Order: sequence, then C-alpha cells, then structure tokens
Amino acid sequence: MPNLRRAAILGGNRIPFARANGPYARASNQDMLTATLDGLVARFGLRDVRLGEVAAGAVLKHSRDFNLTRESVLGSRLSPWTSAYDVQQACGTGLETTIHVANKIALGQIDDGIAGGVDTASDAPIAVNENLRRVLLQINRTKTLPQRLALLRKLRPTQIVPETPRNAEPRTGMSMGEHAAITAREWEISREQQDQFAVSSHRHLAAAWNRGFFDDLVTPYLGLQRDQNLRPDASVESLARLRPVFGKDGAATMTAGNSTPLSDGAAAVLLSTDEWAKERRLPILAHLVDAETAAVDYVHGGEGLLMAPAYAVPRLLERNKLALQDFDFYEIHEAFASTVLATLKAWEDPKYSKERLGLSKPLGPIDRDRLNVNGSSLAAGHPFAATGGRIVATLAKLLAEKGSGRGLISICAAGGQGVVAILEAA
Amino acid sequence: MKLKIPGVPQATVLRRYTPGQPLVDGPVLSLPPGGAIAEGLSKILERAGVSGSGESQGGASQRWAAIIFDATGIRDVAGLSTLHGSIAPAFRYLRPSGRLIIFGTPPEDSAEPERAAAQRALDGFVRSAGKEARLGTTANLVYVADGAESGLESTLRFFLSGRSAYVDGQVVRLRAAKPTPTADWAHPLKGRVAVVTGAARGIGAAIAEILARDGAQVVVMDMPAQGAALAEVANRVGGTAFQVDITSKEAPGHIGAYLSDRHGGADIFVHNAGITRDRSLVNMPADQWASVLAVNLDAQLRINDALLHENVLHPGSRVICISSTSGIAGNRGQTNYAASKAGIIGMVQAMAPEMARREMTINAVAPGFIETAMTKAMPFATREIGRRINSLNQGGLPVDVAETVAWLGQPGTGGVNGEVIRVCGQSILGA
Repeated sequence: MPNLRRAAILGGNRIPFARANGPYARASNQDMLTATLDGLVARFGLRDVRLGEVAAGAVLKHSRDFNLTRESVLGSRLSPWTSAYDVQQACGTGLETTIHVANKIALGQIDDGIAGGVDTASDAPIAVNENLRRVLLQINRTKTLPQRLALLRKLRPTQIVPETPRNAEPRTGMSMGEHAAITAREWEISREQQDQFAVSSHRHLAAAWNRGFFDDLVTPYLGLQRDQNLRPDASVESLARLRPVFGKDGAATMTAGNSTPLSDGAAAVLLSTDEWAKERRLPILAHLVDAETAAVDYVHGGEGLLMAPAYAVPRLLERNKLALQDFDFYEIHEAFASTVLATLKAWEDPKYSKERLGLSKPLGPIDRDRLNVNGSSLAAGHPFAATGGRIVATLAKLLAEKGSGRGLISICAAGGQGVVAILEAA
Repeated sequence: MKLKIPGVPQATVLRRYTPGQPLVDGPVLSLPPGGAIAEGLSKILERAGVSGSGESQGGASQRWAAIIFDATGIRDVAGLSTLHGSIAPAFRYLRPSGRLIIFGTPPEDSAEPERAAAQRALDGFVRSAGKEARLGTTANLVYVADGAESGLESTLRFFLSGRSAYVDGQVVRLRAAKPTPTADWAHPLKGRVAVVTGAARGIGAAIAEILARDGAQVVVMDMPAQGAALAEVANRVGGTAFQVDITSKEAPGHIGAYLSDRHGGADIFVHNAGITRDRSLVNMPADQWASVLAVNLDAQLRINDALLHENVLHPGSRVICISSTSGIAGNRGQTNYAASKAGIIGMVQAMAPEMARREMTINAVAPGFIETAMTKAMPFATREIGRRINSLNQGGLPVDVAETVAWLGQPGTGGVNGEVIRVCGQSILGA
C-alpha cells in the first residue's frame, strides 16, 4: 500500500443554474457538461492536457448517454486521451465523483482529475410505455412476417402513451417532497422556520454574487449570467403567500418557496496532488480530508427518506476524532428547507441520537452563522448531479479565503442515501 | 458587405501576414547608397533573406516590394532633393501592398534649425507619398535617435511585412534601448506571458490570437458576463481565462495577485477593454459619461499603478494601450469616448520615462475604422464613408490592430516608447 496523499481541490467551474424549461430547455446533459468542462479548461489552461480521469454523471439520463462523461470529454478541449466514466448516486453524484477522483489521487493511481455532474429536468428522457416496449422486443425476437403482424395487431392505443420520468421513489410511489413532508411533520419544523431559512439562502447567495465570489467559479452559458432561481428580494412575507405543495393535511408546510425547483445545470471540480498543482502554478484551495456515505431504510425502517446524512456525519466525525462544532463552515444541501432543519434538530435530540444514531450524547447544535454562508440549493437551484460540484468548489474557495479551518459537506440523496465529506483549508 | 460604387476607387486586397510568409514578396530597393544606417539595414535584409539593390531603377520587369530610404544624413534643404531625385523614379514601380519606409533622425534632437527643418520635412513628404500611393502601398517614417541604430530590426521587419498592412502615414520614434536579440522571428513572443483585457470579442480576441500565434502564453480577461465567449477565446489560443470587472475597486489588486500567483508575473499587458456610450454632449446622461471614463481610462490608470507597484511586470515588459483616432481627431457624439481615448495618450506619454527607467515601454495604438460587430451596426452611409476616407480606401481588420500590438510587444521593440501608432490606413481623421 503506497503512502496516502491528500487530494487538493484547485477550483471549479459551473454554469449558472437555470429553472427547468428556462434558458437551457434545449440544452442536453452532454451540451452542458461539455461547456462546463471547457470553462474549467479555460480557467486553468488545460487545453490538450491529458488528465488522470474525468468522473461525472447525471440522474436523469437518456439511454443514448450511456457514456455521457466520456462523450463530453471528447467534445471538450481536454486531450481526447483523457479517460472518463459515469457515476450515478442521485443527488450525491457530484460529491461521490469528487470522492472517487480524490481517492485515486490519494492512492497514487492518478495525479489529477475532474469530478462533476450535470442534470437537466427540461431535456428529460421520455421512454416508451412498458407494454409497448415488451411488444417491440417480442417483434424483434420473432422470425417471420406473419408472426410480427400478429403481434402488431395486438397493440392498443394506451400502449402508445409514453412513460415520463417521475420524481418519485419506486418503492413507495411517493415523491421526494411528500417524503420530506412526513419528516418535517415528525420533527415539527414550522412553515415560518422553513420560509426564514429559504430567505437566508437567497440573501446569502445574492450577496455572494454581488461581491464577485462566483467570478472564478461560474462561466455564463446560453446568455444566463446568474442562477436563474435566485430572488435577492425574497422575504418571509412573500414566501408566506405561497400555497403548500407537499403534505396532505391542513398542517402542510412545504411550498415551492422552501423547496428546490426542478433545475438544469452542470458543475465540475479540478483535483490533483499538491505537486501537480505547484508545477502548473495552480492554486490549492483546500484538501479533501475524508468522506462517508450512509443509507437508511425509509421503506420499512421508519426513517425519513432524506435522513441518511444524519447517520453518515457521526460516523465521519468519529473516524476523524472531530466534534460537530469543529468546523468553520457547514454546507448542508438544501433539498428542502425542512430537510436541513430536521437534520440539525436530529443531531441535537438526545433520544434520537441514542436510539437511532447510537451515540451516547447528541452531536449538539452548530453555529448557524457558519451554515450555507453563500446560500445553497434553495436559492441556486438543484440540478441533481451538479449540486455536489457546486458545493465542493464553493466550500473550497470559502476555506481558501479564510486561509484556515475546515468545512463539512452533507448531501442527502434519493433512495434514502447520504454523502458527506470534510474539506480542510490548504 | 462591400459595394462597388461607380466612380469610387476600389479597395485593393491588402497583403497580410500569415505564418511562413516571406517578409516581402519581391526585391527591396535600398536608397541612397552609403547612408549612415544603410549598412545596418542591409544586414537585416540579408538575415531575413531579402534580395535587394541600391542601383537598379526598376521598370516593367523589375517591381519593388519596398523602397527603403535612409534620410538620417540629410542636414539641409538641398539634401532633401535626393528624396525627390531617387524615390520618384522608383515609386511607380512598387508592387501592390508595396512599402515606402523612410528613416530619419528626430527633428527635436537637433540644435540646428536647418537640420531640424530638413528632418521634419520628411514627415510631410511621407504623409503625402502615402496619399499618392496606390494598390495598398503604404508609406511610413521611422525617426532613429542617436544610439538607437541597433534596435532597428523588429521595426523594419514590421513595416516591411504584411503585419503592417493597415498602418499608413505613421511616424515612429526609435530611441536607444537595451538591445534584446530575437532568436526566432516566427515566434518573437516565445516565453512571454501576455495579458489582454476585453478579449472576449472583436479586436481583443484578435489580439489574443496574434500574440499566441507569435508564441506568447496568453491570459485573456473580460467581464464575468462575457465569460462564455472569453472561455472560447482562451481555449482557442491555448491560454487561460480570467473573469474580472476591471472597474471594480479590487480589480487592480486581484489582477496583480492573479498574474503573480498563476503566471509568475507578466511581460505584455494590453489594455484593450473599452466601451462606447455615444450621445451628443447636451443629451448625455452623467452615468454614460462616467461609465465610459471608468472603463476606458480610469481602469487603465489604476491597473498600471498596481502592476508597477506590485512588481507584476518583468523587466523588458511592454504595456500597450488601445486608444482611438476619435481620441486624436474627436468625433461627434463621442465627447466621453474621445476624452477617454485622448486621456490614454496623455497617460502613455507621462509614463514613458518611468517605464524606460524600468527597461519597459508603454505605447498607445489608435485604431481608425476597423471592421467589427460595432461598425456592422452603423448606418450604411456612415459606415461607407468611414471605410473610404483613408489612403487605402477600406476599413481595417481587427488583425491589423493585433499585429501592431504584437510588434510593440516584441522584446526587440524596446526603442519605441511613449508613442502613438495609428492603425487607420492613413485616415483623414486625426492625421
């Protein structure tokens, strides 16, 4: 086993996130990922450079995009001799690819690589109806024309209706929002708390844009220069007027304002060894220290769909001998305002911590002024697989600006999964 | 689109430089024999593989690619007659896109009135010859100061070559400077880090491309909002993109720190970023005045300050500021723009001595009518007139500005400092 080397995060690039069916409506995942890679190439002078690897992925993916990342690399200005592969771990994809590339760097298998993700809710795949698909495959298997015609005669109009992708868990049939609404109710997260949290996300993101924080993290795309979903003037009053969309009873608290919208976008992060960065005079913003994933049984186990990070973080802290309070920045993905608030509440709850997390005492509260200081998914939008790259680059730059300290990333994902990681200032 | 209008002279397609092209496309006539710097000039021609002659007067079978005239020895009015006597017979035998290059000594350096007069006379002669020349031929004057003779090569090559296609009727002063040999004339900027602001489009993008072609490692800068186009330019030239609003308070510091950290400093800085907000003076809102002055002038002053103060520029550095013929001649509806572009010239002239002390140079390039997206949007008549009112009967191309910038950026052009070079085809504006 070679000595481990900590992977350095040199920077990132993303395109401004757009609302679904907005300015990127006609852009494919491959278009967006290629543009994002090219922006990264331009920022770091990587034209024709052969990197160790590029790892990326998408959650909503066409079957023709089986080699999405490699095809994007071939279309980019990177050397075509750069290998690439796809990863899919729902909303955890972008962080998971970062961990993959960082681990290979740590092991000495590669010196440099790009991690990222892309998603479009606009250019979503539409599949043929399952019944039609079966018939078509059967036709393909039959050998004679009369047999084929017989099969074709069996087709009914209902079989022509296409199957559109749904934002629902296959095993429960419930949407993610409906799942989150159950958790919000269980943890008694009020509408006001959620709206207040959403407002601070918008204000923080707007302030970051205004001070030029994203000047070296974002490259405009198709005329969009800032995250389209951003509402700098969002207020608790304006959000209070929205009708709840998730949850069934009168106590429903989750609205379009405190939930992330369907979004289009892509993000990428450049990682390498310290030596590779120094040879090219590239900045080292932060190092990836460690990472952890977790999954919960939300089907039968009585746990919330998006609560896996609550389990992953204590395990990560334990391994690194850290307390939850030992961080200068917390980046908790805002799938829904209630998800973040429920997770924080879970870490403060003695009973939950003991019975579910197996902790002798709760992780305790965090300094809220260190949480999502430049806004997060509620304001920026959430193109599923692109969110991890956005967060990693944002946190790495925050740490570089501060010049010291560490940050915690926590991302919940469909399927009851969670991906968390620790970054440390270089 | 260029229209053919009866009675209006047609523009000649100018001979522009492409990599691998010979310096000139025919023999060069060097006059008069035995001039003070003639030996130096002929050595340069020899090195460049140019065949020359000091005797033949040309004819239908012998057409000159260029006439070089060493007038440094002319001290009186009588001496000027050699100009007429030797250039006149050959002038008609210049090839299309031919060159008349006259070398003199700076009139202001002479204490003798008659010598100064004779040398200044060259100025009027060259400018008139430029107007008489046809078929893309240009005429330019280089004043070579005492001790500057060894630094002639980059300037002679520039004016002879297709790189100076749209530079016509210009007067350049060459002063003594530390000699810097150029090893590879196909890549004179090899190993140099060059920065271009406003590089996402138009002239800035062309400058980035030409500097990269000449061997520089290019850093392109533009507003974050222009980032998509900027990234494309960066990737086209194999350089790096830096998104920055040059008018922000932090920009000079950010740019300096970025260049030092990422590129170990810079050797060439091209201030190209500029905007127009045209309005007649009486109708101009204060913000349109202010934004033009902020982008076009104030940002350059503050960035230059930071670059020098933070020692971002290496010795031998070249700062090139894009001015405009509007800043020289003025232009209706452009009080703000012309003020900013004239201000650049003031800055360049004031900074030149300090730059020389640091073994650096600063110069202004003032484009005339250059075919860009901006001129495409002009009303037809205005555009046609703009194109035609110059000695070459056509608008210039962004690459013409870029070539001039690249020449001033060369290590060997250390003798040109505090100058204003117009790239205007000898426009009647601002002459």
